[in-house]
Amino acid sequence: MINSGDTAWVLISSALVLLMTPGLAFFYGGMVRKKNILSVLMQCFIIMCVLSLQWVLFGYSLSFAPNQGFWGGFNWVGLKNVGFTPYPDYAATIPHQAFMIFQAMFAIITPALIIGAFAERMKFSAFLLFTLLWATFVYDPLCHWVWGMGGWLRNLGALDFAGGTVVHINAGIAALVTALILGKRVNLDKNVPTPHNMPFVVLGTGLLWFGWFGFNAGSALAANGLAVNAFVVTNTAAAAAGLSWAFVEWIHNGKPTIFGVCSGAVAGLVAITPAAGFVSVIPAIIIGLLVSVFSFIAVTVIKPKLGYDDSLDAFGVHCVGGIWGALATGLFASKLVNPAGADGLFFGNPKQLIIQAAAVLVTIGYTFIVTLVIYKLVDLLIGVRVKKEEELIGLDLTQHHERAYTVLE
Amino acid sequence: MKLIIAIIQPSKLEEVKEELYRQEVNLITVSEVMGHGRQKGITEIYRGAKETGNLLRKIRLEIAVNEDFLEPTIKAIVKGAKTGETGDGKIFVLDLKECIRIRTEERGGVAIG
Repeated sequence: MINSGDTAWVLISSALVLLMTPGLAFFYGGMVRKKNILSVLMQCFIIMCVLSLQWVLFGYSLSFAPNQGFWGGFNWVGLKNVGFTPYPDYAATIPHQAFMIFQAMFAIITPALIIGAFAERMKFSAFLLFTLLWATFVYDPLCHWVWGMGGWLRNLGALDFAGGTVVHINAGIAALVTALILGKRVNLDKNVPTPHNMPFVVLGTGLLWFGWFGFNAGSALAANGLAVNAFVVTNTAAAAAGLSWAFVEWIHNGKPTIFGVCSGAVAGLVAITPAAGFVSVIPAIIIGLLVSVFSFIAVTVIKPKLGYDDSLDAFGVHCVGGIWGALATGLFASKLVNPAGADGLFFGNPKQLIIQAAAVLVTIGYTFIVTLVIYKLVDLLIGVRVKKEEELIGLDLTQHHERAYTVLE
Repeated sequence: MKLIIAIIQPSKLEEVKEELYRQEVNLITVSEVMGHGRQKGITEIYRGAKETGNLLRKIRLEIAVNEDFLEPTIKAIVKGAKTGETGDGKIFVLDLKECIRIRTEERGGVAIG
């Protein structure tokens, strides 16, 4: 039975989630040097093009068509059998295609998150091939395991409300793999590249925060109390994390920065994502306050120590935040918030934490290995990294023959 | 004829301009440049990554003068830009071979003012 309120909310949420990808483009674009901003914007926008097509052609079927196996199978290829009547196993009150297009936006932003790791040095052609293969062989299967009918992590009882494992840990681990094997940017030791347009970072953060209401509250798939809970805890966790990062910086570096507040807010949004439909507002504050501490340590202590060049901290923010969020769901989840969920450790069910940890480990292991294989394959076929001279000149000119800013006029 | 090139702190541009107008030096060219001398910059920190020894923003002035305006111009720049701290900047004075006003094609000292 289609409910018009639910349908309207899911359609609006889909649009909100789509807007996160341009938001991410500016969040990342502001952080790179000015010779590379177009390459980052281009990568984000071309993902919107490529994955929108991949999703309706076969991605949605591989992810969500009911099946016990590795993938969702091919029954819904080309949106065959995906119509305007509800598919109750996923969402009983909205047209099946509304659920499909909502999920499309998640499939788009997830590979876009990885861009932060290899920014400023990846060949555009290699990026395209890598992204298509990664979406098909990493995102789609994982999405099926966690959210699809017959998915084994779903059957295990793992809770992931809006994509902590599927989106953030997944993209974060892929980011780490690509940063590790792609190597550092040229001259990194001599010169720390400084963000070329901090206001873009702030603009992007604003768009992400705004869009995230669709991401999390939309994941209720209905305009109901659960959506409201997700909305409230999402805003609360982002606020707590933005504030927390500022104070950590203030103590550690002597001054709070707007870059820090933005990084914290995004980390908070990441961490609350798996928990948004299962926890109440006080746990959301705790999740937010702590995620900034963990991510701050990851990007300022662990990254320099291990020496990988995750250019824009896709791993430090998304993977670390995602892992914390997934585990925190196992701590703070409560059936009082969502009777369809489960209780966490603090509500008398320690087993949930173990299930959450298992889902995290499976995601890390699977993504790590398959991303590595895909990277090596693409490197073998067309070469992943741009030439040194091209990197020095910048990707905007060498990959796209255009530049963002003119000197004269 | 002399060409004066001065490198000053961006925050001092307004005061230097005022002092120059007071000496009736009205023709200047201003550009934003990057550089540093002995002054250490303000440390920038991005997500904990410290960025020291960076090039600093400076203002570069170019002023062409006849001999009788040389000392008043130098004094005006010093008065406007001096704080006594490192990083106040430098003034270079060069001999100027020729000056041509494009509109009238006048040459030499008359073309400067």
